[in-house]
Amino acid sequence: MKIAVLVKQTFDTEAKIILDVNGKISSSGVSLIMNPYDEFAVEEGLRIKEKEGGEVTVISVGGQQAQDALRQALAMGADKAVLVDQGEAELDEYATATILAKAISDLEYDLILGGFRAIDDGSAQVAGRVAEILNIPVVNVVTGLEIEGGKAVATRETESGSEVLEVPLPAVITAQKGLNEPRYPSMKGIMKAKKKPMDKKTLADLGLDDGKISAKVKALSFSLPEPRKAGKVIPGEAAEAARELARLLREEAKVI
Amino acid sequence: MDFSIPEEIRDMKRTIRDFVDNEVDKYSQQIEEEDKIPQHLIDQAKEMGLFGMSIPEQYGGLGLSMLDKCLLLEELGRANMSFTTLIGAHTGIGTTGIVEMASEELKKKYLPDMASGDKLGAFALTEPDAGSDASSMKTNAVLKGDKWILNGIKHFITNAPDASVFTVIAVTDREKGTRGGYTAFLVEKDFPGFSIGTIEKKMGLRGSHTSEVIFEDCEVPKENVIGEVGRGYAGALRILSKGRVALGARCVGACDKLVELCARYAQQRIQFGKPISSFQAIQWMLAEMATDTEAARALTYRVAWMVDQGLPVVKEGPMVKMFASEALARVADKAVQVYGGMGYMKEFPVERFYRDARITRLYEGTNEIQRMVIAGRLLKEFEI
Repeated sequence: MKIAVLVKQTFDTEAKIILDVNGKISSSGVSLIMNPYDEFAVEEGLRIKEKEGGEVTVISVGGQQAQDALRQALAMGADKAVLVDQGEAELDEYATATILAKAISDLEYDLILGGFRAIDDGSAQVAGRVAEILNIPVVNVVTGLEIEGGKAVATRETESGSEVLEVPLPAVITAQKGLNEPRYPSMKGIMKAKKKPMDKKTLADLGLDDGKISAKVKALSFSLPEPRKAGKVIPGEAAEAARELARLLREEAKVI
Repeated sequence: MDFSIPEEIRDMKRTIRDFVDNEVDKYSQQIEEEDKIPQHLIDQAKEMGLFGMSIPEQYGGLGLSMLDKCLLLEELGRANMSFTTLIGAHTGIGTTGIVEMASEELKKKYLPDMASGDKLGAFALTEPDAGSDASSMKTNAVLKGDKWILNGIKHFITNAPDASVFTVIAVTDREKGTRGGYTAFLVEKDFPGFSIGTIEKKMGLRGSHTSEVIFEDCEVPKENVIGEVGRGYAGALRILSKGRVALGARCVGACDKLVELCARYAQQRIQFGKPISSFQAIQWMLAEMATDTEAARALTYRVAWMVDQGLPVVKEGPMVKMFASEALARVADKAVQVYGGMGYMKEFPVERFYRDARITRLYEGTNEIQRMVIAGRLLKEFEI
């Protein structure tokens, strides 16, 4: 079983988002982590490999910094990594998916895994787009996965419950929290990760250029959410205060 | 001078911090209440390879240098201190003697299981009447045929109830005393005549177990002498001197955690309509805590580096132990003060750190002994 896992390096969940002088999100001083949903995908890939045999390749688009996420995946037990450096090109979901699909089509694959969304932009589009470009099925938001006889049986969350779907391989499966509990890399794994192959590619290596991946969506501006306003304390006797609260909720907050 | 941390060690630090802050911390309260570290946390630490930090690679460990080990212990120091002690005492005093002084046969036989964490190591030197004064040791060993027969009682032995392999110091020649009359033995918990005595009730370190170790005609195979017969006192000092640097690193980690907790809490806690972090009284405490932490870190790194260069650290090892444990004492004390009344409550971690920090000035040689060693060395260096 040849498994490809899509991985994205994102801001730490505790990172404080600030805008720089140009109004763009500033990454200075922010610690980066592997997108937590991608961690579920890596773990699932490793579990399938451990059961069925095979090979896990982790793939990311990004600069030098994305290497950390790939190295973490290698330390967890993935066999090799592919890192595509997009250079100066601006990325949107279309561009990222185009690059990933191209990089994957150079590999042998039976199964493609990824997080169902990244915690930074939260668009939840990339894995689906990759499936579309490669013309293979996709099952999203998966919390249970079985591989048997060239098929994937995936349990996915729906708004009212869950459903079980069967798709032929190769297919793209995106991970939701609950799929598994990702392992911590072992110290030995971290030492070994350094010696595992990391294939670094440019757009040109993939036969792509800025024109072929030119972003279809452009972010015009970013703004931070309004800071939460201070609460209001209503003094007085309970009955009196409750009456005042009801009045304020109706007349001022207009929620009842 | 290059203070940069290699990529590989940085990745290890990040992984351990993630594990400690997101996994071990969740169970900290439970460890306090049940006086027991959940087995699954120990299993995870085993899988991560944390028990093999200082054991050479050929015996299944990570073979880290002292500096690299300190960089990792720093992250472990953020955890509930009983968890840190379980691993720290094993990778330090529990295995150092075997790694540095034992025969190849003993290393091959014991180290792989110790590196994986399947067998926990402990160090038995202290006795009821021989604490700082090791020359009053009573536990003795007599050679009978192909076995050494040990008799005596050790106490305050960290990890003893959970350990399988003990480095035991015993008197083999009373006449010679500490000058050639002490020997180090490798004793398994299943050897005939070995037993665990009273398990102590301590001020803190809940979850870490400390007890008596009793030898009643305990039979130890002749080949289980660690190093040479008669070299046990020097061996014990060597084991302790390495442990001191590592203990410093653990104290630095605990300081880091407390500084972070306090810097965050001070910005959340509102009094007089403002976060208490806006008050100079609190800011001064935070500044002093952070400075103490960095000073302890700098000293620890420097002396760990000296160990790796093969330089003598007879004076500097004790300095690390003394300064870092006292820095932790100051930091933990201020942490309680920053938290105010909340800092005295068991539901906040600073109360636990405050109690647990106290042991670091006592074990692995009291700080008074460290001062004696430092001064003794200093006076020798400048002898007139």
